[in-house]
Amino acid sequence: MRLLLAFLAGGLFGAGLMVSGMTDTTKVQGWLDVAGRWDPTLAFVLGGAILPMLVAWRVAAKRRTALLGTPIPPAPEPRIDTRLLAGSALFGFGWALAGLCPGPAMASLSYGGPQGLVFFVAMLAGMLGWRLLSLRQAKTA
Amino acid sequence: MIESAWIYGLIGGLMIGSAAALFLLANGRIMGASGLIGGAIDGTGRSNMAERLAFLAGLIGVPALVALVLGAPETHLTPNLVLVVLAGLAVGMGTRMANGCTSGHGVCGISRFSLRGIVATLAYLAAGGLTMLIARHLLGVI
Repeated sequence: MRLLLAFLAGGLFGAGLMVSGMTDTTKVQGWLDVAGRWDPTLAFVLGGAILPMLVAWRVAAKRRTALLGTPIPPAPEPRIDTRLLAGSALFGFGWALAGLCPGPAMASLSYGGPQGLVFFVAMLAGMLGWRLLSLRQAKTA
Repeated sequence: MIESAWIYGLIGGLMIGSAAALFLLANGRIMGASGLIGGAIDGTGRSNMAERLAFLAGLIGVPALVALVLGAPETHLTPNLVLVVLAGLAVGMGTRMANGCTSGHGVCGISRFSLRGIVATLAYLAAGGLTMLIARHLLGVI
């Protein structure tokens, strides 16, 4: 049941990314291009996505566990550190450069052509790179 | 004037948010794309690996099926592989460093009024806008 629902959530996420046009890199780059031909589509996507989640968090607040028994994830400590800021800045840089973030990169993996696959592999390498860096940091600290 | 792309954006957005709501209320998980894939490949997500892989299979497989039946939308991703690799590395490393991307910090974080999610979203939007300004309008590389 857990796996089936996870698959369905992933599938609905992917289909939503597809329908919304977020696997089209020109739409994402157009949203970030405030000085050029600005494309507001992404605001509709983000707004539309936040609406069901506003309700979901309200429902979740009244429960201790999700339907399948897993505890509702606790809110993280509201700590703003350099890791959050520098990481987000680095992400924003790459996001603008190609017009892809992790969700759409995976949703379009089957139809994004060879360069879509190259992006995905480079993204995985970046993720592993951060893991290695943080492991090294933990060792010296 | 309302453009059809905005309507599709809103409908797709509602689907994305419903997916996140399902994953939260049924499975008790935050729907963050970078965390789900990152934890699956770097060893930090071993405790719930099957659930991660099932989610990722849906995320990759269902669009593949839709593309097969209805035709694939154009991604317009640049063929410049130097840019693609640089962008991929930055997105991968940055999202893991910040512990989230557009789905985790953006969709799930903002709707929870999480300070971290809101600050992260402002930071990547600002960095993205600045990158676009410099790379497209000053350097002309994208």
